[in-house]
Amino acid sequence: MTDLALILIGSLLVNNFVLAQFLGLCPFMGVTRDYETALAMGFATAFVLTLSASLSHLAYHGLLVPLGLTYLNIIVFIVIIASAVQLTELFLRSVSPLLHTALGIYLPLITTNCAVLGVALTSLAQSLSFLETVVFSIGAALGFTLVLVLFAAMRERLDGAGVPASFRGAPITLVSAGIMSLAFMGFSGFAD
Amino acid sequence: MSKPAISSDPAVSSEVSTFASAAFARNPAWVQLLGLCPLLAVSNNVVNALGLSLASAFVLLGSNCTIAVIRSWIPSYARLPCFVLIIATFTTCTVLLLQAFAFDLYLRITLFVQIIVTNCMIVGRIEAYASKQPLPKAFLDAAGTACGFAIALLALGAIRELIGHGTLFAGMELLFGPTALSWQLTINPNEQGLLIATLPPGAFIIAGLLLGFGNALLKMRAPVPTSREPS
Repeated sequence: MTDLALILIGSLLVNNFVLAQFLGLCPFMGVTRDYETALAMGFATAFVLTLSASLSHLAYHGLLVPLGLTYLNIIVFIVIIASAVQLTELFLRSVSPLLHTALGIYLPLITTNCAVLGVALTSLAQSLSFLETVVFSIGAALGFTLVLVLFAAMRERLDGAGVPASFRGAPITLVSAGIMSLAFMGFSGFAD
Repeated sequence: MSKPAISSDPAVSSEVSTFASAAFARNPAWVQLLGLCPLLAVSNNVVNALGLSLASAFVLLGSNCTIAVIRSWIPSYARLPCFVLIIATFTTCTVLLLQAFAFDLYLRITLFVQIIVTNCMIVGRIEAYASKQPLPKAFLDAAGTACGFAIALLALGAIRELIGHGTLFAGMELLFGPTALSWQLTINPNEQGLLIATLPPGAFIIAGLLLGFGNALLKMRAPVPTSREPS
């Protein structure tokens, strides 16, 4: 139980996928302009991420290892992620059309979110068990959502700040992400 | 690091302009902010940056050229899955090649070689260019994009290695064999360097500063864009 808690904190805060491992920066830069879209994008990604990391784990150990095809892992994982995105879209459309309209345009983008593939490959590289993979990916997903939401709130303040003209937009966003990353380094040592 | 503006000289042939606009005017990293994840993650020194530049260039050239050749057989409703599968195939080839010929370097940048497949720069160039153009043009565009990405990655890698460790080209033997052991330049032998430059916060801050100074330079229309190092 302690192990699982450490894995959760490790992937949520200490090795945060956005600020410490540089994964998922495209949505981080792109959709953190306002708070609501950041939250919606965060939860959509979190769902797909957990689903596809678990499925990838099953496919790798249930299919690729017995067949001796482990070198095909990237191709198989990307197909799983694309299918998970499609499934999520179909599921949302039938269960909650309102949420589907809200998230609609962000869903296809998740396929090219490197955090999703990154989590599947990292949990494989650390040879985690199935349960550990699920916990690890939930932590990673929550960490991604947390940073996205925190950053969206910060950018609303940045818009009103007196930033030099050449630093408006992406440059100041990157610099403030660096400062936030510095803050997240304070968590190192809690778990690895 | 700067973003040189392309002069619209009519004498420049179309091949050169295809290449140059892909590399500079539409620089994937600094202008379009694509492929930021690998740009920030593996730019902690020059050798990692060079390794990933070569790997990305291989995938970019291979997949763009393949798609330019077979583009008439790809049905438009299924084009994105086709693109992604072709990119994934080339990424797998790159992983296997690096494991065979530069294993120590591969161990350092494993994750980021594997996730080349989700680099939006590559899908973007294919969707916007290679799937609509003949092979020679697609090749030039891919080569230009790869060069632009490599320039951005190497510039950031050199600055971070210099500030963080006071060296340049350390560890090049991982890529070029033992002859490269003597390539290391020690600029600042006495000090430890500012460690933050090689840590994650340094990547964000230095990239942000470079981008900001680049914007300022473009605005001033400096005749010779000199590289500026943030201190």
